[in-house]
Amino acid sequence: MDSLQQKNELSLLSGDEAVALAALDSGVTLGTGYPGTPSTEILENFDKLGGKAQWAPNEKVALEVGIGVAFAGRRALVTMKHVGLNVAADPLFTVAQIRLDGALLIISADDPGMASSQNEQDNRRYALAAGVPMLEPSDSQEAYEFTLRAIEISERWQVPVLLRMTTRVCHSKTVVRRGTVTIPAPGPAHFEHDFPSRVMIPAYARPAHLRLRRILAELAAWNETEGLNQLIEGSSSLGIISSGVAFQYAREAAPEASFLKLGMTYPLPLERMRAFAESVDLCYVIEEGDPYLVEAARTAGIAVEAAPEIFRFGELSVSRVRRILTGDTSPEPKRVPGKPPALCPGCPHRSAYAILKELDCIVAGDIGCYSLGVLPPFEAMDTLVCMGAAVGVGLGLRHSLPPAEAKRVVSVLGDSTFVHSGITGLVEMVYNPPATGHVLVILDNGTTAMTGMQEHPGTGRTLDHVQTGKVVFEDLARSLGVPNVIVIDPVADPEKFKQVIQSCLDKPELSVVIARRNCLLAAGSIREYERCHEQQTH
Amino acid sequence: MSSKPIEDISRKSTNVVIAGLGGQGVLKASDILADVAFSAGLDVKKSDVHGMSQRGGSVASDVRFGERVFSPMVPQGEADFLVVIAPDQVEVNRAVLGPGGVLIQPSQIDQSALPNKKSLNVALLGLLSLHLPFPVEAWTSALGRNLPEKLHEANRQSFDLGRDSGQASGQAK
Repeated sequence: MDSLQQKNELSLLSGDEAVALAALDSGVTLGTGYPGTPSTEILENFDKLGGKAQWAPNEKVALEVGIGVAFAGRRALVTMKHVGLNVAADPLFTVAQIRLDGALLIISADDPGMASSQNEQDNRRYALAAGVPMLEPSDSQEAYEFTLRAIEISERWQVPVLLRMTTRVCHSKTVVRRGTVTIPAPGPAHFEHDFPSRVMIPAYARPAHLRLRRILAELAAWNETEGLNQLIEGSSSLGIISSGVAFQYAREAAPEASFLKLGMTYPLPLERMRAFAESVDLCYVIEEGDPYLVEAARTAGIAVEAAPEIFRFGELSVSRVRRILTGDTSPEPKRVPGKPPALCPGCPHRSAYAILKELDCIVAGDIGCYSLGVLPPFEAMDTLVCMGAAVGVGLGLRHSLPPAEAKRVVSVLGDSTFVHSGITGLVEMVYNPPATGHVLVILDNGTTAMTGMQEHPGTGRTLDHVQTGKVVFEDLARSLGVPNVIVIDPVADPEKFKQVIQSCLDKPELSVVIARRNCLLAAGSIREYERCHEQQTH
Repeated sequence: MSSKPIEDISRKSTNVVIAGLGGQGVLKASDILADVAFSAGLDVKKSDVHGMSQRGGSVASDVRFGERVFSPMVPQGEADFLVVIAPDQVEVNRAVLGPGGVLIQPSQIDQSALPNKKSLNVALLGLLSLHLPFPVEAWTSALGRNLPEKLHEANRQSFDLGRDSGQASGQAK
C-alpha cells in the first residue's frame, strides 16, 4: 500500500464503505458476519477491496469465528445488525472478560425508526450490560477513523470493542479522507496456551471478571483525559452533549451552542460531562433511541435536560432536535404515507402465499422478503418474532390449539433464515413432535433476497459467489428422520403445490416442504455463477 | 471548471430530494448528483435507506452540498429542489420543499423521446442540472463513472433531452 497516496485520498463513502476501507487499512485478517440491513455492505465492500470476508450462518457463529481470529493474535471484524447482537449475545458476554491477543471489532448496526427491522433496540445497552467498550461514529469519516481506533483500543487493552453505527451512519455517503489515522501493523499469527485467560471455568472466570472491571476503569480514565471526544466552544447559555448522528442534527439545529460530542459512549467520561454541564447555563442531552446518556448522567448527579419521551421513538432529525430544544411537544406533522413495499411481480413467494391463504392456514412466519406476505393482497402470515421463530412458534401453536385448528398451522421461513436459526427449530420438531404433526415450508429462493442477494450455506457459494460446501435442506431433513420431505416449484405447478400442502396438513406426521424457485432478481446472477463454475471445472 | 458559481452556493447548503419507487433509479440518480457535487470540491452528504424500501415501495434520497453539511437528511420544508420520478410520489414528498423550492417531475419531459424508459431518472437530472452551477462536462463524467459503459449513450441522450426540455420551457438560469 502506498501510504503517501493514501494520505490525501478523498472519496464519498457510505459509513459501511468507510468501515470496510478502515478494515483494509488496519490489516484485518478476516471479516465475518450475517447479512442484515443496515450492516450488509461492510463485508461486501471489504471483499471488493481485497479483504477476506465471509458470511457465517448466523451472528453467533460469526462472533465465535472472530474470537478465534483474535486468539491467534490477528485482527477480526464481525458485522451484524442490532438484532444480530441478540443472537451473538452469548459469546459476547463472556468474551468481554477474556484476554485477547489480537483485535476483535464487533459492528452493531442499529436501526432507530425501523427502516428494515422488527424492533428499535438501542445496543448501547449491550455495551453497558456486557462490559464491552463502545465507539459511536457520526459520519463516514468517523466510521473510518473509529474503526482504526477501535482496533487500536482492542489490542492495547486486549478486549473486544463494539462500534455502534445506525442506519443513517451506515447508509449516508459523506466525504472521507483516507489515512488520517494510522495504527501499527498487526502482529504475527501465533498461539500460546493461556488457560486462566481463555478457559472460562468458574475458577478462571472470577479473576477474569475482576480484570474486566479493572480495564473498564482504565478505559474510563482514558476517556476522561484522551478519548475521542470533541469539545466545540460556543454559547455559554446552551450546551449539548451528544453522540452518533444525533450530533449532526443538533449541530445544524443549534449552530450557536457549545458541544461535547462523545466518541466513546461506554465507558463514559462522566467527569468531562459534569464539567461541561457546569460550564453552561442549560445543558441538553441529544441522543437517538433510549435515554442512555441521560440516565448515566443523572445517575452520576449531572444536571442535564432530556428530550420528552415521544422523541425516543423513531429517528431524530434536525426538525425534531429543534422541537426538543424549544420544548415543542405539539403533535409532529404526519408524513404522507408512501407506497408500501410489496413482493415483486413474479416473485415465487406470491404463488406460495396465495395457496396458504386459499387453504386457510395459520401461518407462523419469519423474517425476509416473505414477511411482506402479511400485507394485502395476501394477508397470509400470522406471526413474526425473530429469525427462525417460525418453527418454534408454529410448534407451540400446534401443541396448544384444539386439533381442528392445530392442523391448519404451518411454519414458513426462507432459505437463509432456515440456515440462520431454523435448523435448531427443525431438530425440536423431530424431538418433540406435536400430536397433529407439523408442516414446515422452506421458501427457498436461492438467496438472502431481502438484504440484497447475499449467499448463504444453502446456496453452496461463498460471499464472493465461488462454489463451496452446500447444505442441502432435503438431505438434512431426511437425515433427521422427517417422514415427508418434498421439494417442489410453487410457480411451475401451483396446483401440485396446493395438493402437497393439503396432503401434508391432513397427515398427523411431520413434513418439510421445500418450495424451490430462484428469486427473480437473483436468477440471472445465479445462472452466471453456475456457468462460471462449470467453465472452471471442465 | 468555473469555480465562481459554486462559491455562490457554498454559503448555505443546497438541498435536493430525489423521490420515486423502488427500481426507478432514485439511488442511482442521487449517486450521480452527489458525485458531481463532490467532484466540484464541495462537502456532500447523501442519505437514503436500503432494505425493505427496495421492494417497489416509495424511495427517497436526500443530497446536500455546500461548504459544510451536517445532517445527511434534508429537513422537512428545506429542500431547494424536489425531483420526482413517479408522478404519484409528488404529494407524498411535497412537504419537503421549502418556500420557493423547485419541483421537477416527468410531465416536464417528452417521455416518448426517451431512448429507454429506465433512463427517466437521468433525464430529470438533465432538467435539474439547469438550476445548478456545475458544467455539463462534470455531469457527463459523473454519468460515466456511475453507469455501465453499455448504458452511457442512452443516458447521455436522456440527460440532453432533460436539458433541452428545460431550456425550451425557459427554465435555464
